Amino acid sequence: MKVTINQKTFDYDGDPAMPLLWFIRDDLKMTGTKFSCGMALCGACTVHIDGEPTRSCQLPMSAVQGKEVTTIEGLSKDASHPVQEAWREHNVPQCGYCQSGQMMQAAALLSKNADPSDQDIESYMSGNICRCGTYPRIRAAIKTAAGKV
Amino acid sequence: MTDSISTSRRAFLKRTATASGFTLGLTLVPVSRPSAMFADAPSSESLTPSVFVSVHDNGQVDITCHRSEMGQQIRTSIPQVIVEELGADWQHVNVVQATGHPKYGDQNTDGSRSIRRNFDRLREAGATAAYLLRAAAATGWQVDISDCEVNNHHVVHKPSGKKVGFGQLVAVASTLPLPDVKQLKLKARKDWQSIGKPMRSLDIQAMTSGTAVYGQDVILDNMCFAVIQRPPVVFSGVESVNDADVKKMTGVLDVITLAAPEAPAMFKPLGGVAVVANNTWQAWQASRALNVKWSDSPNISYDSKTYREQLLATAMAPGEVVRQQGDFATAKQQAESVIEAQYYAPHLAQAPMEPPAATAIVTEDKAEIWACVQTPQAARQVVAAALNLDPENVTINVTLLGGGFGRKSKPDFVVEAALLAKAMKRPVKVVWRREDDIQHGYFHTVSAQSLTATLNKQNKVTGWLHNSVFPSISSTFNPAANKPSDGELDLGMIDNPFDIQNLQLERGEANAHVRIGWLRSVANVYHAFAIQSFVDEIAHQTGKDQQTLLLDMIGPDRHIDFAKSNAKYGNYGDPQEDYPVDTARLKNVINTVCKKADWSQRHKQGRYLGLAAHRSFLSYAAVIVEVEVDNSGSWSIPKAYVALDAGTVVNPEHVRAQCEGGLIYGISCAIGQITASNGQINESNFHNYQVARMPQTPVSVEVSIIESSAPPGGVGEPPTPPAAPALANALFAATGNRLRELPIPLTVKRIKS
Repeated sequence: MKVTINQKTFDYDGDPAMPLLWFIRDDLKMTGTKFSCGMALCGACTVHIDGEPTRSCQLPMSAVQGKEVTTIEGLSKDASHPVQEAWREHNVPQCGYCQSGQMMQAAALLSKNADPSDQDIESYMSGNICRCGTYPRIRAAIKTAAGKV
Repeated sequence: MTDSISTSRRAFLKRTATASGFTLGLTLVPVSRPSAMFADAPSSESLTPSVFVSVHDNGQVDITCHRSEMGQQIRTSIPQVIVEELGADWQHVNVVQATGHPKYGDQNTDGSRSIRRNFDRLREAGATAAYLLRAAAATGWQVDISDCEVNNHHVVHKPSGKKVGFGQLVAVASTLPLPDVKQLKLKARKDWQSIGKPMRSLDIQAMTSGTAVYGQDVILDNMCFAVIQRPPVVFSGVESVNDADVKKMTGVLDVITLAAPEAPAMFKPLGGVAVVANNTWQAWQASRALNVKWSDSPNISYDSKTYREQLLATAMAPGEVVRQQGDFATAKQQAESVIEAQYYAPHLAQAPMEPPAATAIVTEDKAEIWACVQTPQAARQVVAAALNLDPENVTINVTLLGGGFGRKSKPDFVVEAALLAKAMKRPVKVVWRREDDIQHGYFHTVSAQSLTATLNKQNKVTGWLHNSVFPSISSTFNPAANKPSDGELDLGMIDNPFDIQNLQLERGEANAHVRIGWLRSVANVYHAFAIQSFVDEIAHQTGKDQQTLLLDMIGPDRHIDFAKSNAKYGNYGDPQEDYPVDTARLKNVINTVCKKADWSQRHKQGRYLGLAAHRSFLSYAAVIVEVEVDNSGSWSIPKAYVALDAGTVVNPEHVRAQCEGGLIYGISCAIGQITASNGQINESNFHNYQVARMPQTPVSVEVSIIESSAPPGGVGEPPTPPAAPALANALFAATGNRLRELPIPLTVKRIKS
């Protein structure tokens, strides 16, 4: 099967049940997409599938055939997506481990909703855990990036 | 790693140059031409007057960070301290992460001590390098060294204005004798340009582009991947396993049985069955197919429900007195009224977002490891011991840590990687799954606290009895340890700051049945929860305002004299002359946070606030949490306030971030629990181990950092302990429901109408 990741097409003939996360991390050696829970409970592995934020740790390879996958490495050139810019402006990351997933989720939110309310942000982001507790800064950064996506 | 960090630094500089609020001396100065006298000096490529600083002849300055980066931005604040004295230009500064080695001094990144224990020596390291560069310039110019100063990567001769770049001075400077510390003149506080300034993390570009490398992200040539099924009960071992079947599965390279450890647990791997495969998924799948028969363990009867009853019963029985002043028994007899309450807090898992991971290459006489460890020196020791190697032949490379919170202080997972790499004769990465992390950790202990206050006719507290009972961290290192250690009681119990005539503090026995370890703020979490909740209970029952009562109970400004109550107090390993328990500073953070939150007007405004304050890690923190509770009892936190007095701070921006994050970690401590049945942990992942998500956390946090010239205190941990009691007190204000047992449910019943 063929899978397109960050606009590059790759061949895959392994276990169709293997989650996309491990193809990205172990086979392609792109480690920006993080492993944390393996059960779609924390959002650290979030990628976009045809623009939709999706937990790659629970998404089998068989489901990505013919789809466009975007990872944090493909969100922008030079980390210049408005969400990435806002993340730096607000000094969001502490340990940084969950932030690829947070930014992918936030970028998807802002592509659908240019002016999210506090409640919109909370419900869209509640699947993404941050143990460092950067949530107030994530909220602020999303507001800064709003309208620029 | 160095590459990605350099990239992030450049981008950082680009950004800081334009962002308001982040001003540092970033002006580019053309590098001066080397004058003949410097060019003729004997050749040397670098000046390395300490393990922390290297100045190269191309002008590059390497600053070594010997502490682990786990979100506190220590890789930025250590360079900030050195650059202050060195006078380096950030454009030419590169951060190098130290491997684990005793030459750096202590590297154990816990206890909120990276800055407080290194501040002076880092300044001296910067000043020493600066001195040698100045001396080299003075020699070359044949002028007095006192007329030469470092500025913006140059040494400047003040009277004439001539200057020379650092790189050109390296050859001469590297031949000069090191100055005595007494010869170093450290910059006056008023002249600081780097210390105390908000500076963006040097790693932020890497972290926002997905290029930052954590322990789980290490990739080596010819690497294979291991997933381990560990014994469900501590000290149980493998009796039999269907390894022959599993070895035939796709991608599986080997199935290796690891021996169960003998007590004490220490940092030994738990044993179990490792599946090594060509990728993580194959190892994981094959691990699921394992059918292991486990041997019996003395811990198999551990059951959290019955254990809770035992702990509470012990807490209510007389304990061993550890601090005493006055006569509590008489105070109780003479009391007008007595208030008593018990508090319970369950086990917790640190649950860093990055589960532990380590990658190892082991040859016959050497081992090299890449791992997300808080304590690379301990990792080096345990790997050397496990492989029977000289520690000098073990290299521990420290990656970024995707959170630590105490879990990554225990290098059991590093030993696993070393043992498997030795067996496989090729690089192995051990990947801990979330289930491994939640079920096979070093757990924050379970605890019961019993508190009794006696009051006179005027409702003044005349007596205070506190019995603290929990299985100790010491049990992990000494199986005979069956009661709270002095060190743990020092974390928020012995150092009770109240001015109460009759004070009696006790501990009770409790045996451990899982590995007990430290978690951010350690015993302060449950001690502060009990004490600060109890003060609110007294305030409510006596009709007093909690702020007023708290200030009254703390009493006059003073430094607590523990000798008066026959107690020894460890004070986080630092002298009380330098870091007294200072009641004025504690009261000040309380007053500050109350002012910010408009505490006195809360009833008029119809707001429900909870207050708590606690000294820990030599710093003073007060928290106010504001809650809203809807008709279903579901609560949220529209706002929280933190006041922190941590003495001198290096980077206020990241201190703020630690206040926000520490508070939120404390909220997680209030809503999560780990329980055991039949010796096994019941929780396994984020669906049943609850941690704070965005809806349980403040929409915004207002942080007040108290300006202070006191020596640096801890920052990473102090904001955590007051969070749980502040939340519980706020929920009491809103619902009338006194929550004495953690976890606090996400929906709280209303008691009052």
